[in-house]
Amino acid sequence: MTQILSTDIEAKPDETAAKPGRAVKYGWAVPFFVVPFGLLFVLFYLLPIGYAIVQSLYTVERTGTFGPAREVFGGLVQYQRVFENGPFWESIGRVLLFGVVQVPVMLGVALILALLLDSGLVKGRRFFRLAFFVPYAVPGVIAAIMWGFLYSPNLSPLKSVTSVVDLLSADFVLWAMANVVTWVYVGYNMLIIYSSLLAIPTEVYEAAKLDGAGAIRVAWSIKIPLVMPAIVLTTVFSIIGTLQLLAEPQVFRSFSSAVTSTYTPNLTVYSTSSIPNFPLAAAFSVVLALATFVLSFAFLKATQRGDR
Amino acid sequence: MTTAVKAAKPTAVKAAKATAIKQRTLPMLVMAVFTVYFLTPIWWLFVGASKSSEQFTSTNPLWFADFDLFTNISDLVAYREGVFLRWLLNSVLYTGGAALLGTLLAAMCGYALAKYRFRGRELIFNVVLSGVLVPATALALPLFLIFSKVDATNTFWSVFLPSLVNPFGVYLARIYATASVPDELLEAARIDGSGEVRTFFKVSTRLMFPALVTIFLFHFVAVWNNFLLPLIMLSDERLFPVTLGLYTWNTQVNQIPELRGLVIVGALLSITPLVVAFLLLQRFWRNGLGAGAVK
Repeated sequence: MTQILSTDIEAKPDETAAKPGRAVKYGWAVPFFVVPFGLLFVLFYLLPIGYAIVQSLYTVERTGTFGPAREVFGGLVQYQRVFENGPFWESIGRVLLFGVVQVPVMLGVALILALLLDSGLVKGRRFFRLAFFVPYAVPGVIAAIMWGFLYSPNLSPLKSVTSVVDLLSADFVLWAMANVVTWVYVGYNMLIIYSSLLAIPTEVYEAAKLDGAGAIRVAWSIKIPLVMPAIVLTTVFSIIGTLQLLAEPQVFRSFSSAVTSTYTPNLTVYSTSSIPNFPLAAAFSVVLALATFVLSFAFLKATQRGDR
Repeated sequence: MTTAVKAAKPTAVKAAKATAIKQRTLPMLVMAVFTVYFLTPIWWLFVGASKSSEQFTSTNPLWFADFDLFTNISDLVAYREGVFLRWLLNSVLYTGGAALLGTLLAAMCGYALAKYRFRGRELIFNVVLSGVLVPATALALPLFLIFSKVDATNTFWSVFLPSLVNPFGVYLARIYATASVPDELLEAARIDGSGEVRTFFKVSTRLMFPALVTIFLFHFVAVWNNFLLPLIMLSDERLFPVTLGLYTWNTQVNQIPELRGLVIVGALLSITPLVVAFLLLQRFWRNGLGAGAVK
C-alpha cells in the first residue's frame, strides 16, 4: 500500500495525452463514470460527517423528569461535556497505551518475518507466507470470540498459563486483546512489507555483497531503509485501527467484567448512543475522528522530517 | 547425509555447508514458532467444533475425541429455524455484493480520474483521498441518525448502501488505470469508433483485471470487518450478518450454555470459505500491493 501511496506523485496521469478543450469529445463518459460513486460518496461519507458535526451542536432537553426529550441548539455544550468526561479520556489514554506497545511489536514481528522470507535462508517460503496470512481472513469479532475461549481458565489449551495468571483480569485483559489484534494483522503487514522488499532490484545488493556485507548488515543498512515508506504507512493504518478499537473489547465484555462500557473511545460512542444521547455521542465521534486524523497526520509529518 | 559422503568432499565445501546449515537453523526456528502461533487457534477451533459439548470440556482441547462435526453442523443449521444459514446468506449479500458492486463503481471513478482531463478532477481526487483517512466506525453513528430520519434503519439497505463506498478503491483504481491502460490504446479505440463506455468495459477492465481483484479483496475485508455499522443499524435478527449473529449468541452463552457449541461450529463454518478464498487469491494481494512499485 505504501508503495502505491509513495509512487503516486510519479503516477500522475499522462497530461500530454489529453489536451485542454478536448473534454467535449468524451461526451457523457466522464459523468457516467464519476457520478455513481460520487453520489454515494456524498450521501454516505460527506453527509454523515457534516451531520455528525451539526448534531454535536445540539443538546437534549426535557420538560420535567418524564417529559418528552427535545433536541435544541446548544452551541459547544456537548464539546464541553466531552472534555469534562473523565472515562472518555481514560479510554483514549488506554488505547494510546495499547498502541504504543502493540503497534511496534506487531510491525516489528511483521518486519522480521518479511526480512526472513526475503533473506533466502528460509525454505518453504510459500507455505509460511500462506500460514501467516490465514488469520487475516478471520474477522475481528470471530478472532476475539476464539481467543476469548482460549483465555478462559477452564477451556483453554494453555491451562499451564491460564491457571497461574488470569489473562482476562483487569491487569491483563488489555494485553490479551493486543494479542488478538496482533494475531490477526501480523501476516497482512508482513505481506505489505514483503511485497515492497520484492520490488527492490537485486543490483542494489550486489555492491554490498562485493563489499562482504552479511545478511544482517544488508537487512539493516539497505533493506529496512528502502522499505521504510511501507513501514510508515502500515504504522499510520495501525494507529487509525487502534484508536477505533471496538469489536475486540465489545466481544471481551462477555468474557471479562474488567471491560467496561467505556473501555475504548468507540465503546463510549456506542454506549452513549444506546442511552440514547445522540448529540453527545456525535460529539465523541467528532473528537475521536479529529484525534485520529491529527495523530496519523502528525506521525506522517514527523517521519517525513526524519527523512531529510 | 552420511559421514562417508561428507568426508569425500573438500574441507572448504564442508565448512561452507556447515555455516549454511547453522545460518538456516535460527530463521527456520523462528518461522516454525510463528507458524505454531498463527495456526494453533485455527486448529483448536477445528478440533473444538468436532466435539460434543461434554467432550469439549473434558478432553484434550488440541486433539480429537469422537468426531461429531457433522452432528454439530446439523444442530447449528436446525437451531431456531435455520437462522444461522440466513446470517451466512446475509453476509454473502452484504460483503460479497457490496464489494462486487463497490469495486465496479470505484474502478469507473478511478479510471475516469486517471484517463480523462476534466475540470475539478484534482479536487474530486483530493476529497476522495482524504476520505481514506476517515475511519469507517466514525461514520456509523451519523449514518444511523440519517437513516432514522428517513425511517430506514433496521433494513437491508441501511447496511448495504453505505458499504458500497470505498474511497481507497478509487485511489487504487486510479493508480492501476494509469499503470496498465495505455493512452495510445484508448486513442486507437476512439479511431475505431468505439465509445468511451464500451472501451472501458471491453478493453480497459480486462487490462485492469488483476488490480480489480485486489480492490475487491480490500473492499471485502473492510465490509466484513465493519462491525459497528450493523451493530448500530440492525435490531432484527433476521437481517444480521454472521459476525453480528455469532456475537449476539456469544453474549448469551452464560444464560443459554448450549449456545457455546453453536458459536464454535458457527465460527468455523463462517471462516472456512474465506480462508480458502484468501489463500487461492493470495497472489492478487501481492501483485496488487506491488503494482505501484513495479512502475
